[in-house]
Amino acid sequence: MSIKEVEQQIVEEFSIFTDWLDKYEYLIELGRSLPIIKESGKEDKNLIKGCQSRVWLAADYSDGKIWFTADSDAIITKGIISLLVRVFSGRTPQEIIDADLNFIKQIGLEENLSPTRANGLLSMIKQIKFYAVAFAANKQ
Amino acid sequence: MATIENISQMRDKFPALRQKVHGKDLIYFDNGATAQKPDSVLSLLNEMNSGTNGNIHRAVHELSAKCTSLYESARITIKDFINAHSTEEIIFTSGTTASINLVANSFTTKFIAKGDTIIICEADHHSNIVPWQMACERSGAILKILPIDENGEWMMDKLESLIDESVKIISVAHISNVLGIANPVEKLIKIAHKVGAKVLLDGAQGIVHENIDVKKLDCDFYAFSGHKLYGPTGTGVLYGKREILEDMGPWMGGGDMVESVSLFKTSYAPPPLKFEAGTPNFIGAAALGEAINFVQQFDREFIRDQEYALTTSLLEGLKSIDGVKIYGESKHKLPIYSFNIEGVHHSDLAMLLDKMGVAVRSGMMCCEPLMTRFHTTGMVRASLLPYNTIEEIDLFITAVQKAVKMLK
Repeated sequence: MSIKEVEQQIVEEFSIFTDWLDKYEYLIELGRSLPIIKESGKEDKNLIKGCQSRVWLAADYSDGKIWFTADSDAIITKGIISLLVRVFSGRTPQEIIDADLNFIKQIGLEENLSPTRANGLLSMIKQIKFYAVAFAANKQ
Repeated sequence: MATIENISQMRDKFPALRQKVHGKDLIYFDNGATAQKPDSVLSLLNEMNSGTNGNIHRAVHELSAKCTSLYESARITIKDFINAHSTEEIIFTSGTTASINLVANSFTTKFIAKGDTIIICEADHHSNIVPWQMACERSGAILKILPIDENGEWMMDKLESLIDESVKIISVAHISNVLGIANPVEKLIKIAHKVGAKVLLDGAQGIVHENIDVKKLDCDFYAFSGHKLYGPTGTGVLYGKREILEDMGPWMGGGDMVESVSLFKTSYAPPPLKFEAGTPNFIGAAALGEAINFVQQFDREFIRDQEYALTTSLLEGLKSIDGVKIYGESKHKLPIYSFNIEGVHHSDLAMLLDKMGVAVRSGMMCCEPLMTRFHTTGMVRASLLPYNTIEEIDLFITAVQKAVKMLK
């Protein structure tokens, strides 16, 4: 599946929720099921600090693809992270560089990505893109 | 003007309280960050923005004269409200942060030298920490910290050991924005004055919940914001004792703060204008005056009873929640409660509450050292004003319980 197709799948999953709380209940569930980052990855260099919550993001590069693992101390943030990992992990650097994140808006979670929310998510996306650019450059 | 002596008269004045958020009736418990505005403040803002708008102090035309008069009347209102000696002691700023920075710059330049001491408190807001760190860097002064105990109260015995002749200023919060405790400022001021140290009180929360009499307090500076006091954002006040303000140099240079200017030399206007360079937020300042007129309509007894009822009811409600940890418990508590619930992240809780129509604050609340002190990365805060109700507290507690159930 392409990034676009995974995004579309997520949009469909969220379309069944009409109530805000149901949507968040699902995010909490996703947060619980996210395989957490390896303890060794939970070091300061992988920490994205926000005023509200903290996010850890680690990237491994193999077979031309980037594999992300991530974690957060807040479960809802973790739920949103699990969506991002689902979309971006196992992709080539170029796929990641080219991806937009329209699905976040479509499922009504864009407020969580505003620069003022300070939950580390926006920085996490920037970091994901940064890894992609860095690995792409290394490859050449 | 009619007195406001019950909750429905009070709530009637606030259109913002009658809105729905995410389809639910709004419960606004983030007043420590900003208060909502009453009709009278909104009307004045609208009237001035849509008509009575002319730059103050400079022109001879009618609109300028009207605005100058509204601006200067607001200064008188504020002077009377905090019982200052004269209007020369009331400086308009953009908020508490600007007020503190003004003192941290001007006072430090004039009165603080290398080796002198500045004291702040570990519970303070970043806006009362960072300006003083910067002042220390510039002047070579040493920053010392007044610690708090487990309950969030000042450790007054430790203060005694920090105080000596090298202390030039103590700058501390009257009421902590996180802990909601009214600190023993009278006692601190007496101790400071014995060694000749000046005292600045960060009154961002204090001005909202206490009756401030700067003569009685005998503080040297009192800083507060308009937007937490039912006024507009971008407004604030610095009260300073006249003799100190006269000795302090200006912070920012510009128009309106001068007596005469030649290309190489300027003589400054006396306070307060010396500290009000450039076009001030005169519409905001006038509206802050109106906000204070509004506060003065409150029946004192109603407000006292209401604040007490909210404080006790909020505490009781929070204590009924399993695994709750409340930060800041004291006899001198105001309806500002910060807490955490075991096994629940503060930001998750605040996000779910938002979806249930409840506005609270979460995170570090600009008090990272205080968070470190209590070994946490953040807290949830419910901060109430007399326009909040016991029914809202009940709904809030139910909402918290529902959210906790989802999160645990």
